[in-house]
Amino acid sequence: MKLLGSGIFKGMAVTLENFVRSYFDRDRKHHLFTKEYAWKSDAPADQLPARADTTVTTRSRNFPMLLHDGKGSEDPMASIRCVACQICERECPPQCIFIEKEYDANGKFVKRPVIFDIDISVCMSCQICVEVCPFDAIVMNSEFELSNNDRFNGLLVRRDALLKSNDYYHRIHPEEAQERDDRMAREKAEKEAKQAAADAAKKKAAELAAEKAAELAAAKPKVDPAAPTATPQ
Amino acid sequence: MSTAAPIAAPPYKLVRHDEAEAGLLEVSMGPHHPSTHGVFRMDVKLDGETVVRLKPVFGYLHRNHEKLAEGMSYLSSMPFTDRLDYFNSMANNWAYALAAEKLVDVPVPERAQYLRVIMAELTRLVNHTSLVGFFLNDLGALGTPLLYAFRERERILDLFEQASGARMMCNYFRFGGLRCDVPAGWLDRTRALVGGFPKFLDEFEKLLCENEIILARTQHVGVLSGAQAINAGITGPMLRASGVNYDLRKVDAYGIYDRFSFRVPLGAAGDCYDRFMIRMLEMRESLKILEQALRDIPEGPVMGNAPRVFKPAAAEVYGRVESPKGELGFYLIADGTTKPYRYRVRPPSLINLTVLEDLCVGHSIADAVVILGSIDIVLGEVDR
Repeated sequence: MKLLGSGIFKGMAVTLENFVRSYFDRDRKHHLFTKEYAWKSDAPADQLPARADTTVTTRSRNFPMLLHDGKGSEDPMASIRCVACQICERECPPQCIFIEKEYDANGKFVKRPVIFDIDISVCMSCQICVEVCPFDAIVMNSEFELSNNDRFNGLLVRRDALLKSNDYYHRIHPEEAQERDDRMAREKAEKEAKQAAADAAKKKAAELAAEKAAELAAAKPKVDPAAPTATPQ
Repeated sequence: MSTAAPIAAPPYKLVRHDEAEAGLLEVSMGPHHPSTHGVFRMDVKLDGETVVRLKPVFGYLHRNHEKLAEGMSYLSSMPFTDRLDYFNSMANNWAYALAAEKLVDVPVPERAQYLRVIMAELTRLVNHTSLVGFFLNDLGALGTPLLYAFRERERILDLFEQASGARMMCNYFRFGGLRCDVPAGWLDRTRALVGGFPKFLDEFEKLLCENEIILARTQHVGVLSGAQAINAGITGPMLRASGVNYDLRKVDAYGIYDRFSFRVPLGAAGDCYDRFMIRMLEMRESLKILEQALRDIPEGPVMGNAPRVFKPAAAEVYGRVESPKGELGFYLIADGTTKPYRYRVRPPSLINLTVLEDLCVGHSIADAVVILGSIDIVLGEVDR
């Protein structure tokens, strides 16, 4: 017969053991499980926090950003990857993206967005926009300090605030960025090779046509000389 | 009987019904009652402290999930499935991916199959540890067991974040595989976690399983017979606690579950104690599966040749998995466009909830809270 209440004391012994060991165990991390806030006070504004033990990993995703290939102080709009095809706007599950295309003075579409807004109070960080984008123009940012005083405009992120350089992307998600760059380079090379092959085929066809024309031209004079001779002198 | 001094009005709303039920007290528990695990209301009629009638009222968290999915592409619904049962996003993803893969017949690569099993079993650990914690919370053990559970849960959620980028809303499965491979070193970290988990379970069992208060509060409370459980369509740990051997991992052997050796724990009495213990035992079995999967996982791609635009031919499919709460099924009707014609979720939480009144009648109101805790519901899935 077990003593009534011994089970309760057994459980309390476990609690007491954990309490005491949390002070004397070298491996305190096992017992004290508080996560540190990912401070970034001494890091530049566009960099990941320097502390190693934060909740931010190289795959953390928070809200989308738009990529451009410009360096330093170049105008980001000159090298923006987005062509305003609006696929992400259509596919976005909570419908938080709004895009308007840019037209020049003649009314011709210049393949850039003039408006690209993301409502981060609606965005659910699902990364569907990243996956459907055929131009690798939109990727996930891991910036997390986004609290704002302005309820409406502050949470609606405009195009210029969304624009981030590819270098920044390499800093926050190094592996993913490298993989993406490699794939883009490979696809570009494939496309160029295809284009070159097509050009070569076109050139060959043109040469063939030229040869044929030359043959025809060479064949013609045999018949033609009769004509001038036939004319009366 | 008359009293001289007038009695002060009670702090809760007191409703008297017709003559037959005069004397019964109707209490509306919820929707913001902390023991109801979300926004869930129980209209309870009490005779003294004993539950005479109980009417579950839900729908406070209805988000139109099914109709929304009919208006968007197949892939776009995937992140919404995370939010059904927000403890088990990976299992939900798998059920939806399984249904969609039946529509187009995309082969899933070997490595992805193994990773899916690993993710689903880690999810089961997350769910069962936190369920036990919350269950003890409902019993009145505020904090301590829950924090023990959350300590382990936190480690697993860290693994999820390293793999998928998000702790809870993972959105990791795709039709034909996974979104990306796990990062370097992830499998080793998972092996370390799985290796250390039995130690935690031992500690947890020592903390709880012999506690006389828990035994007294849960044994012979809320007894569900096997026949009644089958009649009501109950699935998952709740069905097995009633002694019915039915586990979709064995019955369907979806994915590659037929390659692993594990046992299905069964209860005998079908009371709250069995439902609590069955989860502890299932965690041990999940660890067995995890060990085998982490030992055998091959190298290779994680994504098959899925079409870039998902546009299945007209068909009807039903894909189901053994989610930690029971049978989670997705029923899809495709009509040849990029959007499903009908998208239906069979949520285990909702169907397990249907027997709540039968379990609670005759017990005290404090036991109703315990019974609800032992059913393991998540309102995101009940209301959808």
